[in-house]
Amino acid sequence: MASVKTRLLKERIAKLFMRLSGMTVTASLFFILGTILYKGLPYLSWEMVSQVPQGGFYIGKEGGVLNAILGSLYLAGAATLLSTLMGVPIAIYMNIYIRSGSRLSRLSKLLFDVLFGIPSIVYGAVAFSLMVWMGIRASLLGGIITITFLTLPIVVRTVDELIKTIPGDLKHVTLSLGTTRWEVAKIFIRYIRPGILTAILLAFGRSIGDVAGVLLTSGFSDNLPKYIDEPAATLPLAIFFQLSSPIPEVQGRAYASALILSFIILTIVLCTHILQAKQKKHKI
Amino acid sequence: MKGSFGFLPFIMGTISVTLIALIIAIPLCILTAVYLTEYATASLKNMMLPLVNTLAAIPPVLYGVWGVLFVVPAIQQYIAPIFGINTSGYSVLAGGIVLAVMIFPIMISIMVEVLQTIPYELKSASLSLGATKWETIQHVVLIKAKPGIIAATVLAISRAFGETIAVLMVCGNVPKIPTSIFDAGYPIPALIANNFGEMMSIPLYDSALMFAALLLFVIILIFNLISRIILNKLEGKYNG
Repeated sequence: MASVKTRLLKERIAKLFMRLSGMTVTASLFFILGTILYKGLPYLSWEMVSQVPQGGFYIGKEGGVLNAILGSLYLAGAATLLSTLMGVPIAIYMNIYIRSGSRLSRLSKLLFDVLFGIPSIVYGAVAFSLMVWMGIRASLLGGIITITFLTLPIVVRTVDELIKTIPGDLKHVTLSLGTTRWEVAKIFIRYIRPGILTAILLAFGRSIGDVAGVLLTSGFSDNLPKYIDEPAATLPLAIFFQLSSPIPEVQGRAYASALILSFIILTIVLCTHILQAKQKKHKI
Repeated sequence: MKGSFGFLPFIMGTISVTLIALIIAIPLCILTAVYLTEYATASLKNMMLPLVNTLAAIPPVLYGVWGVLFVVPAIQQYIAPIFGINTSGYSVLAGGIVLAVMIFPIMISIMVEVLQTIPYELKSASLSLGATKWETIQHVVLIKAKPGIIAATVLAISRAFGETIAVLMVCGNVPKIPTSIFDAGYPIPALIANNFGEMMSIPLYDSALMFAALLLFVIILIFNLISRIILNKLEGKYNG
């Protein structure tokens, strides 16, 4: 056994290393945001958010990224709406209609957990092959469908976690009073309503930031998205394409787009926190 | 066109990037998670965990931008010259660093959850026998948390395997087996993303790419299943 002194010294060293790694992890966040802010801020202007790129997104020096901003908002909005409309009923079904603890219930939960981990490039590749097979070309619609399936597991898992916070007796007591399962579901939905908003925000954040899923399915366009069957630009893709351009002005557009995207994401994160804090306050 | 395809360089690219990311991330994440659960005050924890979760919310493409603007030049100008190597900076090391930061949140949040399930009695028994806090962590907490830590790592690996855009942007994309960490690599997801849209016209090429997607899907499916089953078991064991 080492002397007490060396043991305490070890304790101190270990603690120092833990502090350092904690700081590294936290600092990496500020590092990333700082780099984007530093590079993007000089290029951020009113034209950037109010105009479409002039003379081609890859070589044109004028204009902004309005096409990508709008495209992203349409795509993420529609996909989030669809995945919420599908995901909430699925989670309700999994918890109220399927007997809890049964093999089916455990299997379906595991399945959604696993689906959550499937990378978006696989979703994109599958959707792209299906689209080729069905003769649909890259379009806003294709992107929306792909992203819907990408965000569905997020909504299902989040709502499932929310339902877990409901006292287990509530379901049995309500049912024992002679209600139908659908009436229980209505009570549950009322109970978790603020939480569903969190799930929606999470899904929106994921869908607005995804590249690999839309890279193959929604295409890219310099025009404002008008029709659902036409290719549409998205912010992440605009960043990805313009960053590889040799022209500094176009690269600047990529930096500014990155800043806009981080701003959107941070707003979502902030909203989520406010919602969660509110929820905690009202918890009984 | 000979019509023959091989995935070895791409598989090696994926593996090397993931390995570098794990070497960086595992110690940092374990130490951070232990610090947050055992040492940190409640207020520090309440401040740190949301920041870590914010890291999870940042889209991959922004990690890619950070990689191109910061990690790649840093490797080119500062890190590689130390070893006397001339490189563009676009390398598996850059991919590994970017990936490491990307898997911080998933690893830390799962590890914190696992560490919190360690019964207090075990720790207090060890402490009351005169062990220092660090010795308790070494010999009691980490041993007990091992399955959970492994599960978190496996989940992180599957996340790293599938990560496309951020890695594609910083890895250099040269289809060659990387021999040093400063060599460029070409991971599988990047291969799919770069070629899928354009190569549908060449016979068999799309099948080969679809096979790459299948490969990725199956590997990640297996990894996810393993880690989820471990985590579900742990949850069940401690929650009664």
